[in-house]
Amino acid sequence: MPLRSTPAALIRRHAHEMARLLRAGEVTSVELTEAHLAVAERQNRALHAWLTIDRERALHEARDADARIGAARGEGSAALARLHPLLGIPVGLKDLVSIRGGQATAGSRILDGYLAPFDAHITERLRDVGAVILGKTNMDEFAMGSSTEHSAFGPTSNPWALDRVPGGSSGGSSTAVAAFHVPLGIGTDTGGSIRQPAALTGIVGMKPTYGRVSRFGIVAFASSLDQIGPLARDARDAAALLHAVAGRDERDSTSAPVPVPDELIHLPASDDEAVGALAGRRLGLPREYFVAGMEPGVEARVREAVRALEGAGAIVEEVSLPHTDYGLATYYIVAPAEASANLARYDGIRYGASSRDSDVLGNYLATRGGSFGAEVKRRIMLGTYALSAGYYDAYYLKAQKVRTLIKGDFDALWAQGFDALVAPTSPTVAFRFGARMADPVAMYLSDACTLPVNMAGLPGVSIPCGLSEGLPVGLQLIGAAWHEAELLRYARAYEGLTAAADWRGLEPAELHLADDPDLPTPAERALALGGTQ
Amino acid sequence: MAVLSRSDVEHVAHLARLGLTDAELARLEGQLNHILDQYTILATLDTEAIAPTAQTIELENILRDDIVMPSLAVEDALANAPEREGDFIVVPAIIGYEG
Repeated sequence: MPLRSTPAALIRRHAHEMARLLRAGEVTSVELTEAHLAVAERQNRALHAWLTIDRERALHEARDADARIGAARGEGSAALARLHPLLGIPVGLKDLVSIRGGQATAGSRILDGYLAPFDAHITERLRDVGAVILGKTNMDEFAMGSSTEHSAFGPTSNPWALDRVPGGSSGGSSTAVAAFHVPLGIGTDTGGSIRQPAALTGIVGMKPTYGRVSRFGIVAFASSLDQIGPLARDARDAAALLHAVAGRDERDSTSAPVPVPDELIHLPASDDEAVGALAGRRLGLPREYFVAGMEPGVEARVREAVRALEGAGAIVEEVSLPHTDYGLATYYIVAPAEASANLARYDGIRYGASSRDSDVLGNYLATRGGSFGAEVKRRIMLGTYALSAGYYDAYYLKAQKVRTLIKGDFDALWAQGFDALVAPTSPTVAFRFGARMADPVAMYLSDACTLPVNMAGLPGVSIPCGLSEGLPVGLQLIGAAWHEAELLRYARAYEGLTAAADWRGLEPAELHLADDPDLPTPAERALALGGTQ
Repeated sequence: MAVLSRSDVEHVAHLARLGLTDAELARLEGQLNHILDQYTILATLDTEAIAPTAQTIELENILRDDIVMPSLAVEDALANAPEREGDFIVVPAIIGYEG
């Protein structure tokens, strides 16, 4: 039985391959889940990708999945073919997704001990398709950060270099997927929090169009920007996870009644067929995204990828998004303003941490001052200031107007007939613990290439395009609203083009160390490198 | 260019209901001014004739039918309350009692 030879080989497969083995009866979901649980539990000390791993619930869900597969097998091949590709497949959820009766800390002390009273919409959808939820992944507190160092529960390591960050804020999910703890992870992306960690850990991550996935049951950060999306090790798996969670939900009034294309679960298996998607496509290369401070190795990989796309028949033209340079300032007004309003709910009265002091006001001050971390306090302060009497027009209203201009830059390119834009995801490869903790603006610049996409509400996907200095580089594809399937088709085509590239088969360079029980934890590494809050 | 004074920072912290230490206030004064410096770039853009964008998808308000639907059960809603009495959450008195 060559296919179930070792758990190590099994967990390295893609979800679509695991789905095929499950249907063929060559492996069970319980075996698949056991293999993933074992490695996640063994390596969590060294990597700290997970805040909780729920072995009992995962195995229960795996047994249910095996029963559903068994029943379908009894009905014949047509019934097997109708099963969703995620049935029986392990998934990790960022710890801001509600699972009834389970924790949802959002990486914050203020939600330590809180147990969700209901399931998030996406939790229901994952249960419907029969996915196995392995546990909850680490994140920057309230998704505010680009390194996962702002988690109240300690940082996560990048399996490519254990002294470096996995990106953020969805860094727990990106490390878990890159380290083969799960083939699929859920993240959220407000300014780059899915795409940037995907880039820094060498995997695929997509931020869908604003409104594509219901946010019911997700801890809110900035409501006009937040969107849920998939992390995976290839485009087909990312597309299948998006297919499972996308679509209208009446409990989130911003979730749009736009049909979810079944193409998402039918991306081509054949590399040759996939590459054909690029012929004649017009791709724009925005010159403003090759920003000052971009590492030469990152730029080189992205330009090589662009040449590969051209080689497959894509027509690449340099274009301009003239308001790109205003994106960072605009984002860091809009997002903190919305965050300051959303986080007003943490009052120490109804749920979450509660500190008592003299009177009602004293309780608020003690609870919020004592339980929010440094970055969250900074954002609340910025947002409160930008919305305060006398400053609203100068900051928040001004930023909303500039947002119109940023969105207009993209709209103009779609009107000219471009099919997608190609850009770097992050200006740099993964950085060392502590490198950007002392200067908030340096951390904010990590997202210079991703946050305009959130400002415009567009879909964007980051896919691996090689290594610089031994660390992964991400290529970002940006599309018009609701064009996720097209973007993933191009992403799949690029995978087909580079299927034989030498970097494709590489494992994260320091993953082999993570089994060592005597290794320092990420928190100990960060401390040794001088990381501070 | 410092926009915010120490007392401004204290005022904003009060508006945000954040109890901050002196060390935090001092650090935030420097950091917030550094961040606000980045915002000055926006003043170079003429946005007089530009309409603001609050959200990006062309969705109008969607209203459901006005019929009674089940909501979160009382037990579930109260399960996370730090202090509870019966079906109520306990909070400090906000109106003074005399006599």
